[in-house]
Amino acid sequence: MTQSNSKEITLTVNGKQYTTSVEPRMLLSDVLRDELGLTGTHVGCEHGICGACTITMDGRPVRSCLVFGVQANQAEIRTVEGLAEPDGSLHPLQEAFWEKHGLQCGFCTPGVLMSACHFLEQNPNPSREEIREGISGNLCRCTGYQNIVDAVEMAAEMLNKNKKSEEETSDLEIVHSGRKVEV
Amino acid sequence: MTIGSSVKRIEDPRLITGQGQYVGDIKLPGQCEAVIVRSPHAHANILQINTEKAKNLPGVCFVMTGEDLPTDLDPIPMRLAPNEALTKALQYPLAKGKVRYVGEPVALVIASSRYIAEDAADLIDIAYEPLTPITDVHKSILPETSLLHPEIGSNDLFIIHSKKGNVDELVEKCPYVLEEDLYVQRHSGIPMETRGLLATIEENGRLTVYGPTKVVHFNIQILAKLLKKNIKDIHFIETDVGGGFGPRGEFYPEDYLIPYAALKLGRPVKWIEDRLEHMKATNHSREQKHHVVVGFDETGKIHALKDEIFVDTGAYIRTHGVTVPVLTQGMFAGPYDFEALEFITHVVATNKTPTGTYRGPGRFEGTFVRERVIDMVAKKLNMDPTIVRERNLIQPEQMPYSNGISALGQVVEYDSGDYPQILERARLAMKWEEFADKKLQARRDGKIIGLGFAMFVEKSGLGPWEFCEVEFAENGRLICKTGLADIGQGVETALAQICAEQLGIPYSNVTVLHGDTDEIEKGNGSFATRGTVVGGSAAWYAAEALKQKLLSFSSELHGFTKDELDIKDEWIIQVSGGQKICPLAQIIVECQKQGIELREKYTFSIDHMSYPYGIHAAEVAVDSETGKVKIEKYYIAYDVGRAINPMLVHGQLVGGMAQGLGGAIYEELKYDETGQLITGSFMDYLLPSSMEVPEIDIEILENSPSPLNPLGVKGAGEGGTVAVAPAVANAIVNALDQYPIHITSLPIRPEQIRDAIKKGIVTNEVEPL
Repeated sequence: MTQSNSKEITLTVNGKQYTTSVEPRMLLSDVLRDELGLTGTHVGCEHGICGACTITMDGRPVRSCLVFGVQANQAEIRTVEGLAEPDGSLHPLQEAFWEKHGLQCGFCTPGVLMSACHFLEQNPNPSREEIREGISGNLCRCTGYQNIVDAVEMAAEMLNKNKKSEEETSDLEIVHSGRKVEV
Repeated sequence: MTIGSSVKRIEDPRLITGQGQYVGDIKLPGQCEAVIVRSPHAHANILQINTEKAKNLPGVCFVMTGEDLPTDLDPIPMRLAPNEALTKALQYPLAKGKVRYVGEPVALVIASSRYIAEDAADLIDIAYEPLTPITDVHKSILPETSLLHPEIGSNDLFIIHSKKGNVDELVEKCPYVLEEDLYVQRHSGIPMETRGLLATIEENGRLTVYGPTKVVHFNIQILAKLLKKNIKDIHFIETDVGGGFGPRGEFYPEDYLIPYAALKLGRPVKWIEDRLEHMKATNHSREQKHHVVVGFDETGKIHALKDEIFVDTGAYIRTHGVTVPVLTQGMFAGPYDFEALEFITHVVATNKTPTGTYRGPGRFEGTFVRERVIDMVAKKLNMDPTIVRERNLIQPEQMPYSNGISALGQVVEYDSGDYPQILERARLAMKWEEFADKKLQARRDGKIIGLGFAMFVEKSGLGPWEFCEVEFAENGRLICKTGLADIGQGVETALAQICAEQLGIPYSNVTVLHGDTDEIEKGNGSFATRGTVVGGSAAWYAAEALKQKLLSFSSELHGFTKDELDIKDEWIIQVSGGQKICPLAQIIVECQKQGIELREKYTFSIDHMSYPYGIHAAEVAVDSETGKVKIEKYYIAYDVGRAINPMLVHGQLVGGMAQGLGGAIYEELKYDETGQLITGSFMDYLLPSSMEVPEIDIEILENSPSPLNPLGVKGAGEGGTVAVAPAVANAIVNALDQYPIHITSLPIRPEQIRDAIKKGIVTNEVEPL
C-alpha cells in the first residue's frame, strides 16, 4: 500500500534486465503487464486454471498469476514478446499457428505458445495425443484445439528440420522462415 | 480467386507476437481503477451501506452506491426484441434498496490501483436483510411466491404463444403419443478474456470509451441516452476482443458506471472484470424446462408437437429482451415438416444472474429437445432413428418452406436446402449401415459403443442492414470500413477477401477498420451470424461501386467502353482476350492526381434471414466402471451456402463444437437452494480442454447458396454448437440400449451413465434368456 512496503526486484525478461519496486503482494502477471508494459502475457482467470498467463521462468513454464513478483527476483523470464527474433522473424510455433489457423481471438494464444514452446523442448517428436496432453493446461474457447494441435505438430517438424540443418552446417544460427512481421 | 480460398488471416501477426491490444493492455496517464462491490445474497433488502472507511483509505478517489445514481436515470433498455410489458423488469446500474441475484452491483469503488480499490471494497459495510430466494421456475410462478417485479404482477413475466394447425385435434387421432419433460442447464459463452472498459475525458471534453464491442453503434446511443449527453460527445473504440459468443459486448451496468465515473472524476477510469466476477455478472444463458407432447404413427411420421417451455430468465430482463425464448419457438421444428405445432413459453424471473444469448440461442435448447424426441419416437417404435428423421424431413422441392412460427419479427421461411441428402452423407460418413455389427463386435470385446445423430437448421444474416465504406488511400492500400465488430472470428480477413475479389487486388492490401464510432459512420454489429452475410454483402457492393468508378475512368483514359474492361491481378485488363491495359496502381494515382475521390459507401438491407442447415454425428465409447464418455469419432456436415474462407468456416465449426460439447457434458452454472452460484470458478465450471475435445471431421457443403444475398453465403458461426448435445446423448443412449437409461437433461453426468450400467441389463433382445 505504501512505498515502504515495496521491495526492489531485478529480473531478466526476454534477455533484458529490469529493476522495479513492487509490493510483495503484486502478482508477477501484474508486474509484467503494468510495471514493465509487457502486455503480451494475458490474464484470463487469476486462479491458475486457464493458462493464458503462462510464461517461462528459469526455463520452466509457470502461471504468472500464481507467482508473486518478488518471487521472480533474479529470475530469467521469457514471454511471448521474446519468441520472435529481434529482427521480427517469427518463431516456428508462431509461423505454424498463423499457417494452421491455430488462433481466433488470440487471447489464450500467448500462453499456449509458451506452453508449447517448453513442451517441444522436452518432447521434440510428439504424437498428436502427446501434444494434446502438453497443451491441456491451456484453455482455449475459440478453436476447439484441433488447429492448435496441427500447429504444434507443424512447428515440431520445422524445429527438427532447423536442428538438422544446424547440425549439418555447424556455424549457422537457427534457420528462421525469414518472414518479417509488421505491426 | 480470393473468395473460396483458405488464405491466412490478416489479424494474426499482431496476435501471435504479443502485440495485440486488448482493453486491459491499454494504460493511460493518470488512470485509476474500478472495482464493483456485488451482492453476496440472492435476494435481500439493503438496509444500510457505510462507505466512510473505504472513502478514507489513502488512494481511494471515488465511491458510489445506488443512492448516488442520478434520480432521473433510466434502466438499461432492451436492444433486441424490445417489449413494453417487460420494461418494469429492467436493471439499473447499481441496486437500489434491494438485490435480486448474487453478483448484482451494489457499489462502485475507484482508487489509484486495482489492489487499493479491492482493499477499499472490503471496507464497505453493507447491512442486508435476506429474503426468500427463488431458484426454480415452477416455484417462482406459484401464487404464494413473492414477486420480484411487483409492477408486472407476476413472476411469469411474459408468455409467448404461437401455433400452426390444431395440435390437440391431431394428437387425439395419432395412434402413439409421447409425453416428456426435458431440461437444458444454465451455462454461457465464457470468453477467455473477461469484460473490461477504459473511459477517459479528452481535452475537448469528449468522452472516449475503449472496450465496447459487438454492437458499438447501438451501445453508444444507449450510453448517450443514459448519460443525457449528445452522441457526438462520445467516442467508442473497439480494441482487440478475446472472444464474443453472445454475452460479450452487450450493454451491462458497468457500461454506464465506468464512463459515468470518468466524467465525475475527470480522469481515466479502467475496469477489468475478475474471472470470479464474470461468472456471476456476465449474462448466463440456456436454462429451459420443456414439457413436450408428440403425436405420431407407426411409420414414424410425427404429426403434431406441443411444447410448453419455462425459461429461467434470471432476476432482470437484459438487452436481449425475449430473443432467446422467441428463437426457441421459431427454430424448434428444425428440418422437419410437422403438420401442427404449438408453443407456450413462459419467461420466468428467478433470483439468478440475468440471461441473454449464447452461440445458437434457442437452437441449442430446441435442438436438444427435438432430436432427443426423435430418438425416443424411434425407440418406442423400435425403428432406426435415421429412418424416423428421413420420414419427417422437409423435401428440397418444398423450398422455400415456411414453418409457420415467427422469430424476431418474421415468419421463419427456410430459403433453400436439401435435408435428405445431408442425412445420407452423415450415414455414409459414419458407416451407419455397418454400425450394428461393429457394436456387437465391440460388445464381445467388452467395449460399449454407440452412435447418435442430430440434425438442425440454423438461422443467419439478421438485418435490417449493414454498412461498408471502401476507399483507396494515398499509399494504394484499400481501406474498408465496416459496421461489423471483430470479436475474434476473422471478420477482417473475410471482408478483405470479399473486397479483394471485386477489385483484383491481394487481400493483404486491404486494411479493415471496425468498431470506432468516429471512423465508421454507422453499423449494426456482429451477432446472430450476420457478419459475412450482411456485412460481407455491403462490402461486396461497396467494392463493386468502387470498381465501376475505376473502370469508367480507365475506359475514358484508354479509349475503351467500360464493359470491355475488368480488373485482374492488379491490372486493368480487356475482358475479351485478357490483354493487360494498364496497372491498377497507375489508375489509382491518376485518379488521385485529378482529384477523383476513390471512395464508395454501401448500405446493404435485407428483410429475411438465411437458414443454413446440417447434421452432427457422434460415436462414443462408454466406460462401464466410471460412466465416462469418450468421443471416438465426431462428424459435422454443414451447408453454408458458400464459404468465403473454408479454413475459417472449419475453425468456426470445430470451435463451436467444443462449446457445444461443454454444454452437453461438462458445463453448468449451478445454483444451490439459497441462490448461491456453486460453480463460480474454473475449478467448478468445467471448460473442455484439449483432452476432452475430440478430432472432428468436418464437411463444408456449398450445395444451397442463399438466394437472398449476392455472395450466396449463409454464415457459419453457430452450426458447430447447436446439435452437439443431442448427438452425444443419442449416441450414449444407443450405446446403452441394453440398460435403463433415459437422457432428458443436460449436462449428461457420468454418474447417470454409471448408475444405469450398475442397474444391469433390462432388455433381452440381444442376449436371449
